[in-house]
Amino acid sequence: MNFDFSDDQKQLRDEARRFLTEKCPPKAVRAVIDGKAPYDRELWKGLADMGFLGVAIPEAFGGSGAGHLELCVIAEEMGRALAPVPFSSTVYLAAEALLLAGSDAQKQKWLPAIAQGNAIGTLALFEGSGNPSPKAIKLAAANGVLNGTKKPVADGAIADFAIVAARTGSTGRDSDIALFLVDLTSEGVEAKALTSIDPSRNQAEISFKNVKAEPLGAANEGWSILSQVLDRAAVLIGFEQVGGSDRALEMGRDYALDRIAFGRQIGSFQAVKHMLADMYVSATLARSNCYYGAWALSTNASELPEAAAAARISATQAFQHCSKNNIQVHGGMGFTWEFDCHLYYRRSNAVAVGLGSLSYWEDQLIERMRQKNAA
Amino acid sequence: MNFDDTPQEAEFRAIARKWIDANAPKELEAELTKRASEKRDAMLDVAKAWQKKKADAGWACLHWPKEYGGRGSSPIERVIWQQEEGVYDKLARPFAIGQGMCGPTVMAYASEDQKRKYLPPLASGEKVWCQLFSEPAGGSDVAGLRTRAEKDGDDWIVNGQKIWTSGAHYSDYGILITRTDPNVPKHKGLTMFFLDMKSEGVEVKPIKQANGMQEFNEVFFTNVRIPDAQRLGAVGDGWNVSLTTLMNERMSIGSRVATGFPELFEFCSNLMLEDGLAIDDPNVRSKLASWAVKNSGLKYTSYRSISALSKGERPGPENSIGKLVSGMMMQDIAMFAADLQGASGALVGADAEAAGEFQATILGSPSMRIAGGTDEILHNIIAERVLGLPGDIRVDKDVPFNKVPTKGR
Repeated sequence: MNFDFSDDQKQLRDEARRFLTEKCPPKAVRAVIDGKAPYDRELWKGLADMGFLGVAIPEAFGGSGAGHLELCVIAEEMGRALAPVPFSSTVYLAAEALLLAGSDAQKQKWLPAIAQGNAIGTLALFEGSGNPSPKAIKLAAANGVLNGTKKPVADGAIADFAIVAARTGSTGRDSDIALFLVDLTSEGVEAKALTSIDPSRNQAEISFKNVKAEPLGAANEGWSILSQVLDRAAVLIGFEQVGGSDRALEMGRDYALDRIAFGRQIGSFQAVKHMLADMYVSATLARSNCYYGAWALSTNASELPEAAAAARISATQAFQHCSKNNIQVHGGMGFTWEFDCHLYYRRSNAVAVGLGSLSYWEDQLIERMRQKNAA
Repeated sequence: MNFDDTPQEAEFRAIARKWIDANAPKELEAELTKRASEKRDAMLDVAKAWQKKKADAGWACLHWPKEYGGRGSSPIERVIWQQEEGVYDKLARPFAIGQGMCGPTVMAYASEDQKRKYLPPLASGEKVWCQLFSEPAGGSDVAGLRTRAEKDGDDWIVNGQKIWTSGAHYSDYGILITRTDPNVPKHKGLTMFFLDMKSEGVEVKPIKQANGMQEFNEVFFTNVRIPDAQRLGAVGDGWNVSLTTLMNERMSIGSRVATGFPELFEFCSNLMLEDGLAIDDPNVRSKLASWAVKNSGLKYTSYRSISALSKGERPGPENSIGKLVSGMMMQDIAMFAADLQGASGALVGADAEAAGEFQATILGSPSMRIAGGTDEILHNIIAERVLGLPGDIRVDKDVPFNKVPTKGR
């Protein structure tokens, strides 16, 4: 059994960590949070130069073709550093959708641009509150023309193109939903930035008025493609959450060792020790579930839907648990703007719902386990 | 990343599987597959027969050296054997403490002659060992123990009481930690021995547990004579010796820990509530999902440790979470299953739903959060050894033991 990343992949992780430690310190995250820029352009370019944007994009489309396990280790470091760039939207959602369903021309147009850092992509799925569901999609597509509004769209105000989920029929079946690829500079597209719990990442409302769009994948398979994209992204975002959990745990541990109160290190109090031990437990369970997701993702295993849901749930729980208790260990200082604890807390709460909420994935996991048992 | 054996591992697995297929007591498979078997004690003879058969063919205590009754196997081979042995591994329970904890301690501290004499019959199950550590005044605080050993010529005379000793009633030998010097701080005045459980003055009494069962014992020592030659480690070094024993307690990588989740999933898949199957209820799903990811998380955590063994590396600390997570899960899951049964959830045994398995777990599971390290001790271990946080401040650390206040039972 070799249920671990290879030495090369671990080396890549170290390389990514070194790069992000230097190029993405908390100061860089704060610059975006303070509204100095919608995202860190220099970091984005650097990620492209390092080859991180195209790590899972085949060489034929301008990537390095290394694979998804490589993408997982980079994702972990992106989460650890809270990188204020549209990585997850572009790489996990848009690029994955193109790889799964794009035509050769679509791939040729967008994938090399993504790998070079010249194109930001996203997935426009949600229309107001609610979880991923074909019923919730009202944005209409008729004769290749889109009308409707998407909200929230991650990185929507900075993206160059979007994969848009649209309704093409009203039979009540999943086949009513089709995907479209939209150049966001097209006429009729209007993007408006929204305020979010985690201002280090852009959120937007995008309205489409008589926008010409090209189909992505077969017309009646939109929902099926979308489900696969969400599963793949669940694993990858899971790694970001694992990276964030680990960092929040480390911050709490370091503070508990450093801070003296009642004449002793606060890390010598059992109430604090046990809280940190529980954070370690959550982070470890999440990491192990995500490793299984990584295996399923990288081998296109039939176990992927179940593995992805488990990774998603476990990683969401762990990141929220670690980020909130990191603040608790810090006490009052943890609630200041000056300390970095809230950056992790904000990110953990944003990613917890960004791909569908915890309760949605819990429901998905049990449904998928049930179907497997019935089969 | 893959779940495949290396060619050597696959070869070893094939040999192990073939031998188990040809030799396992298949007539016991059904009984062993049941989660809560009440016949376990009664199965001691069968267990001994299976252990002896394994030992004769070189399949006992695989990781021990051959001269002590083992096979000289690598850690990963031991894991593969456990996977292949499957339900028959449950037959090894009477020997688990002896082989898992007493054996390594004897191996580390006994004389060569003693090792050759005592270890092979321990490996083969012909002799069963128990571990005499916990006392009414010292469970988590095992160094607070009060059983006295006093030197008398070439012997030691032991007086005192141990508690929570699994298997004392069928054990042939035991390792025993005693206080030999109460005038020094508590960790410094301890000495370890092994003794014949049939020695004069040893009295074993079963404990009736809160759940009505009897799985543990109290053991009383009245002027029990132990030869100095059966001392393990130096006089006063018993604490360090005991750490060898305890380090082995939670090292069982690869043996899957029970969480209760598969049983709950099955129960919810079949239980009809007012509005349909329990598993279709959103609240039930949410709870199930939370436990599902803990269950799978533990499974893949152990896979990570196994992978390290397979590469010949030392596993990381990740496996330390197993007992902590599974102990709490068992209890929470059982209570949730009873909750789903409504008023009938209060019934037990044949009167209850699912043959009362969840109620039996409600009553038995408190012990899973205590035995082999309480939840609190396990939290401390993770905090101190994994995260590097400071040890607790110990007010009794530098005080002579006989000046330390005590009260407890």
